[in-house]
Amino acid sequence: MRRIVVKPEVCMNCHLCEVWCVVAHSKSKDIIKAFLYEERKPLPRLIVEESRPESFALQCKHCDEPDCIFACISGALYKDEEGRVLHDESKCVACYSCIMACPYGAIKINPLTGKILKCDLCVDLGFPPCVEKCPNNALEYVEVEIGAEES
Amino acid sequence: MRYDYVIIGNSAGGIGCIEAIRELDEASSVAIIAAEKYHAYSRALIPYYLDGKIELDKIYYRPPDFYEKMDVDAYLGVKAVGIDVSSREVLLENGGRIGFGKLLIATGGRPFIPPIEGLSGQKNVFTFLKLDDAIGVKEAISGAGSAIVLGGGIIGLMVAEVLRRKSIEVTVVELADRVLAPVVDATTSNLVQEKFAENGVKIILQNTITKVVGEEEVEKVILKDGSELPTDLLILAVGVRPNTEVAKNTPIKVNRGIVVNKHMETSVEGIYACGDCAEIYDFVFGANRVLPLWPTAYVGGRVAGFNMCGRRREYTYATSMNAMHFFDLYIVSAGLNVPNDSDEFEILCTLDERRRIYRKFALKDGQIAGFILAGRVDRAGILLKLMREGVNVSEFKDRLLKEDFGYVDLPEEIRWELLGDKVKLGVVYEYEHGGHGRAACEGRCEGHEA
Ligand SMILES: Cc1cc2nc3c(=O)[nH]c(=O)nc-3n(C[C@H](O)[C@H](O)[C@H](O)COP(=O)(O)OP(=O)(O)OC[C@H]3O[C@@H](n4cnc5c(N)ncnc54)[C@H](O)[C@@H]3O)c2cc1C
Repeated sequence: MRRIVVKPEVCMNCHLCEVWCVVAHSKSKDIIKAFLYEERKPLPRLIVEESRPESFALQCKHCDEPDCIFACISGALYKDEEGRVLHDESKCVACYSCIMACPYGAIKINPLTGKILKCDLCVDLGFPPCVEKCPNNALEYVEVEIGAEES
Repeated sequence: MRYDYVIIGNSAGGIGCIEAIRELDEASSVAIIAAEKYHAYSRALIPYYLDGKIELDKIYYRPPDFYEKMDVDAYLGVKAVGIDVSSREVLLENGGRIGFGKLLIATGGRPFIPPIEGLSGQKNVFTFLKLDDAIGVKEAISGAGSAIVLGGGIIGLMVAEVLRRKSIEVTVVELADRVLAPVVDATTSNLVQEKFAENGVKIILQNTITKVVGEEEVEKVILKDGSELPTDLLILAVGVRPNTEVAKNTPIKVNRGIVVNKHMETSVEGIYACGDCAEIYDFVFGANRVLPLWPTAYVGGRVAGFNMCGRRREYTYATSMNAMHFFDLYIVSAGLNVPNDSDEFEILCTLDERRRIYRKFALKDGQIAGFILAGRVDRAGILLKLMREGVNVSEFKDRLLKEDFGYVDLPEEIRWELLGDKVKLGVVYEYEHGGHGRAACEGRCEGHEA
């Protein structure tokens, strides 16, 4: 299992991680098409915490003991076999129990649907573009041991 | 039949327990017993079902093959009526017995039905706790023009909202001087009441139903103040009580709910309890109490499951926490519900009346003892985390009132202590070519030759 971590001291607050997150979740997966032509452009699934001069990107940590899943009243949030915390939008009822529960504040609200948005580690793409495209290498995709934490 | 692990109750608590057991132990035998006949469903979704926001297939909390995958024998539609603690057996209503090595009681809650004159099982009177209740109400509303909801708590208000959306004239009758009094403060109640008024729901406060009139069906209700209201439908939503029946006539200690320690174990060794039927330690309240909430039921079941398998775990961070919404007003409240004129707590709050955004914190010795967010609930979990960790917020308390409060608002030291190496890179890498280590990018980045 791997997790995205940040090096806040080198984050330049450029928000490119957000841009590439949008592209990664767009239909075309093309930066120009996604931003110019896609009617329902996706929203970034991560948060850039910023208060000048500090900034860092924050996304779901795919916890071993995921409070969001424990709080989810619909079963929309679940863990896959690899330990990733994923969201089945078709089951989400927008109760926001997960928003109340996530200690990182890493779950966002999609204003278009009212449902929630969270990092899926770009399961389909293999490697998260937010990390890959960070111009200053402020994000890292590191190996972590599953089951190392306890609640 | 005898199983290593038996669970009574097929809901949040029971499922939490099964999932924990199977994480640690694939071999032992497990059985689940439930009075309701349905595959594990979420009772918290019945308002959404009644509303038509979800179809029946989405009410199920776990996939259809859940019991098979978990290798669990499911006795559904089978009611437990008692426990023989010495022979270690669950006694079933159908006369059967199921033996257990370890037992979890997760029988949830049952509706409290207030004594009302004339109430005699009329067919247009409902409580609202089970899927069967929702199915019943769904049938009854076709053709109904009016409804009365007794009880202005979360469940009563959720039902009232849904009925209103079905173009039914809805009246909520609440005994207290405001709705949701046990869970939120007066300012928040006010916001909620305004929302209901705007949407055409009538709320009658400081009043209750003393009598109902009608044989087959209730035709009208008579309130404490003598006024009469005709109605097509009556929903009783005055409260939920711990369902502790199975523990009757056993040495299992029952207070308001079944008493458990931090391992979720009852006073009888090897017998555990969790969820709405139990009383657990609330770390803010500082004592045991009934916390009838989905997350506490699930985590309680999970902690019980670990302990049943011999992995010691404690449930130390339970407290009251509600995420709710009425029409388009979202609210999150957690911890203690403190009035704004409290002398015991330091109160910080801000209300944007126009946008109806409210943030309120009750502090004790510099720590958050309770908070309410209404109108905007983004990132509420950070506040719960601060509460759980007992962080002294004095230094940055004014920032808590920022609508977009985040980790960046915390002093650096506290921030990184809370976020830790799950967020921040903890390992020092050799910076070979001005970039990150090969491990992190698997050689995909340009600086790394394959
Ligand atoms: C309309 C509604 C909305 C809600 N919304 C929310 C929400 O948004 N957020 C939140 O946190 N909470 C919410 N709740 C509360 C939440 O649903 C409960 O806290 C939660 O379901 C408790 O789970 P539990 O496992 O303790 O028991 P329950 O869900 O009450 O289930 C009890 C189980 O035990 C079985 N059972 C009972 N007695 C017996 C017996 N004698 N023999 C065999 N089986 C038995 C039942 O069939 C059932 O399977 C809501 C509740 C309702 C009714």
